[in-house]
Amino acid sequence: MERVTAITTAVRAPLSPGRRYAAAITFIALGLVDIMLLGFFSHRGDAIFALSLPGAGTQLPSLHAPAALTCYVAGGISIALGLLRAFVEVSRRTKRLTIAIVLLCFLIAVLCWSGSATTTPLNVVSLLQGSIEASIPLILGALSGLLCERSGVINIAIEGQFLAGAFASAIVASAFGGLWLGLVAGSLAGGFIGLLLAVFAITFLVDQIILGVVLDVLALGLTNYLFDRLMAQNPNYNTGISFSSIKIPVLGDIPIIGPVFFNGPIFLYITYGMIIVIQVALFHSRWGLRVRAVGEHPAAADTVGIKVLWIRYRNVLLGGLVAGIGGAYLTIGSVGSFNPDISSGLGFIALAAMIFGRWTPMGSVAAALLFGFSEQLAYVMSTLNVPLPPTILNMAPYVATIIAVAGLVGKVRAPAADGKPYVKA
Amino acid sequence: MKLELRGITKRFGSLVANDHIDLVVQPGEIRALLGENGAGKSTLMNVLYGLLQPDEGEILINDEPVHIRSPKDAINAGVGMVHQHFMLVPVFTVAENVTLGVERTRGLGLLDRRRARRDVLELSERYGLQINPDARIEDLSVGVQQRVEIIKALLRDASVLILDEPTAVLTPSETEDLFRIMRELQAGGRSIVFISHKLKEVQAIADTITVIRRGQVVAERPPSTSDAELASLMVGRSVQLRVSKAPAIPGDVRLSVRNLTVPGERGETAVNDVSFEVRGGEILGIAGVQGNGQTELSEAIMGLRPALGAVLLDGADLSGLSTRDRLRSGIGYVPEDRQEDGLVGDFSVAENLILDVYDRPPFASGLAMKPGEIRRSAVAQVAEYDVRTTSVSTPVGTLSGGNQQKVIVARELSRDNKLLLASQPTRGLDVGSIEFVHSQIVAQRDRGVAVVIVSSELDEIYALSDRIAVMYEGRIVGFCGPGTPEAELGLMMAGATAAQAAEETGPSPVGHRPSPDEALELPGATGGGMPADPGGPDLPSAGDTGPGQGKEPEL
Repeated sequence: MERVTAITTAVRAPLSPGRRYAAAITFIALGLVDIMLLGFFSHRGDAIFALSLPGAGTQLPSLHAPAALTCYVAGGISIALGLLRAFVEVSRRTKRLTIAIVLLCFLIAVLCWSGSATTTPLNVVSLLQGSIEASIPLILGALSGLLCERSGVINIAIEGQFLAGAFASAIVASAFGGLWLGLVAGSLAGGFIGLLLAVFAITFLVDQIILGVVLDVLALGLTNYLFDRLMAQNPNYNTGISFSSIKIPVLGDIPIIGPVFFNGPIFLYITYGMIIVIQVALFHSRWGLRVRAVGEHPAAADTVGIKVLWIRYRNVLLGGLVAGIGGAYLTIGSVGSFNPDISSGLGFIALAAMIFGRWTPMGSVAAALLFGFSEQLAYVMSTLNVPLPPTILNMAPYVATIIAVAGLVGKVRAPAADGKPYVKA
Repeated sequence: MKLELRGITKRFGSLVANDHIDLVVQPGEIRALLGENGAGKSTLMNVLYGLLQPDEGEILINDEPVHIRSPKDAINAGVGMVHQHFMLVPVFTVAENVTLGVERTRGLGLLDRRRARRDVLELSERYGLQINPDARIEDLSVGVQQRVEIIKALLRDASVLILDEPTAVLTPSETEDLFRIMRELQAGGRSIVFISHKLKEVQAIADTITVIRRGQVVAERPPSTSDAELASLMVGRSVQLRVSKAPAIPGDVRLSVRNLTVPGERGETAVNDVSFEVRGGEILGIAGVQGNGQTELSEAIMGLRPALGAVLLDGADLSGLSTRDRLRSGIGYVPEDRQEDGLVGDFSVAENLILDVYDRPPFASGLAMKPGEIRRSAVAQVAEYDVRTTSVSTPVGTLSGGNQQKVIVARELSRDNKLLLASQPTRGLDVGSIEFVHSQIVAQRDRGVAVVIVSSELDEIYALSDRIAVMYEGRIVGFCGPGTPEAELGLMMAGATAAQAAEETGPSPVGHRPSPDEALELPGATGGGMPADPGGPDLPSAGDTGPGQGKEPEL
């Protein structure tokens, strides 16, 4: 539950102006970490990065990088950019670019540092592939949150929608032997939680944050109970079947890119589709204009004949369906079988990705990829004997969210009517 | 299009907001609905626009009964409305706002932005509105936002346009622009329902004036009707309002504000390097269109908002003091938003009267409060300030606006003040309450208190001020005397300095305000002036304020 508190606190924190030096100081601090911690404490010698999966058709030669030196260079770049930000007023685009570069430098430094600890090459391709897979539920969850919040309803129930989706898809796929049926069931289960959210938030005007948390707890309790009652006693209901990977012809054979982006379960391609559809629809379609209007100024929408409550219902339901697919991915898209609390807080990280991505689809995707990467990195590091608890990296999404809400990446502005129920005058 | 309302009745519980209202608006007519706040004008228009359903009565368009159950029905019936609080999405562009709800698409539901821009530009040019379709609403001034609202209605082909208190947020010159646009729309055959409580504006623009009082139509009059008659129709009794105000006898400087700079909600500079002094026994009126930093200025003086610069009271620096300490050092504060900042709605009248002194004798001893003393004092104050309440234990939120304001005034004036800072002290009040509050404020002045009045109503500024400061975009653009002509003040409210404004308006007496002794302005529920004695000098209407007005700077 402490995750919940952390996120909700972060979301509601008021924005305060005048954070000009915050970015600069953070950049310089990260640069110093790159040099002092990662650089000095790197083992002498090279970090080795493998660029192909074992057994892949085309094998690229491994990359050898002098660990300490790379760290110093990365740190130097970060500090330089920090100084730039401190003394020069740059455009918004440049600001974002500097953030991306500094983060990249930091990641390279971490990789070099951890890679130098061992003689086993660090496989970059499998790291990236794992990152993408870890990002899929985060992206779907963030898109779900986005659909809801752009219409003015806060969705803290993503976690619950994940759990419901994961459970329903596992049990339906196992019982009926149909993976597609399981996918639909998972989506519907998420949609059901969305429906509950909609009814209580929109019709009965319940506080949306409390409601979301309650729904999370409800989903957790319900799936745990049903797991004990059904799955634990009858393994036929939890057989662990899952979708296999689909490799896109030609594209899937490109070195590095192919295995990372064009070889994955059906969920990967569903996610691609959703990102594009939601991005385009939200900002270029009539539907999107109305949704955003309802999320920003429902009274204005109402007075031009737009049905505010209907749009909110529809979007919250849609959001539930999308998050349900994300939940289904957790079972039938990857490990197959359901375990209690299988989402373990991913819903909240997805929410953080949405905020970090400033309530935009592309931003959310970028944030989700970053969080997915850090999650995967933590996992890889735990196999590498790195003298750092990998759980430290698991804090990344929360730290990033706090940084985002504190206004470090420019102004983060939620839809103006987010979380405010609409009652006709 | 002919619009007719027949026997419209709307009740809210036991309150009858509209009582069998009949109204006919002919095609191409500008009809004014005149009435005090709470008279039922807006309720009637919300019924017409489908936001409220009438309990009785029917609406006819071209003599055909129509059922308007939602704004969509109203739009389809050719009714457009510009709301008092604009219905625009701040982060959208003009084109997006205007087309919202009637978007053209290019198939697949994708927006046809080019078409939207063209439509906006066309309408903008036809009626001389000067609107950039790509501008974001939040970057536009309220006057421009209002024109966007008008385009919005025009794009939906409204034949009847309802303007709900359109001038409340405008500078005098923006009001001029609005009237010009209204006449052009009228020339194009559209009818306009103009809701207002400002007599001069109604006289200037309307073809017919319908006066509404307590939910009923009490009269229809031509615009040539005298101010006095309209005012007495509006209020329901002949109004004799005279703030008996002797010339000020300023003493020593009590309040001194030095180089005050205050950041606003969004980090912008809301108050920019403002300095002024107020002497004891003097009322300084701070005029300006809403949202030019007045709110932030008063909040900064009270320590409710961080600020750079210094605020000195009787020479003592208040910087670093909390709001409570500032109150205790001798400031009476009437906040702008009484429900939000002035009162605790669920608390009783008695509790609200001691909100700032609850922990001190005689209302408390040690940790305990003394209910008997609190009650006794409340009863006395309620009697003294004529607060109409059933008892002192009634929740203050159930009182009318005027009585709520009296509770605040009673609380703030019952202390021994050095400074009285009152923001919009009579907003939304009826005439009787305004009279009372104004006389209390003047009484404070005569007791040697330094008084600062912040008001966006020029009439109130004129009625009270011994000296006027005008704020524009966070700066005080100038100080002037209480006899400054309205046209001059209007220019200053649009950003001109005092010298520029005086030069621009010239020595012409047009627009000159009669001094308080000649004829007193009645700052109607929220403004709207009238001379006190029937047959008094006819005030020039805002519609034709003279030659100087044409050359005003573009906002």
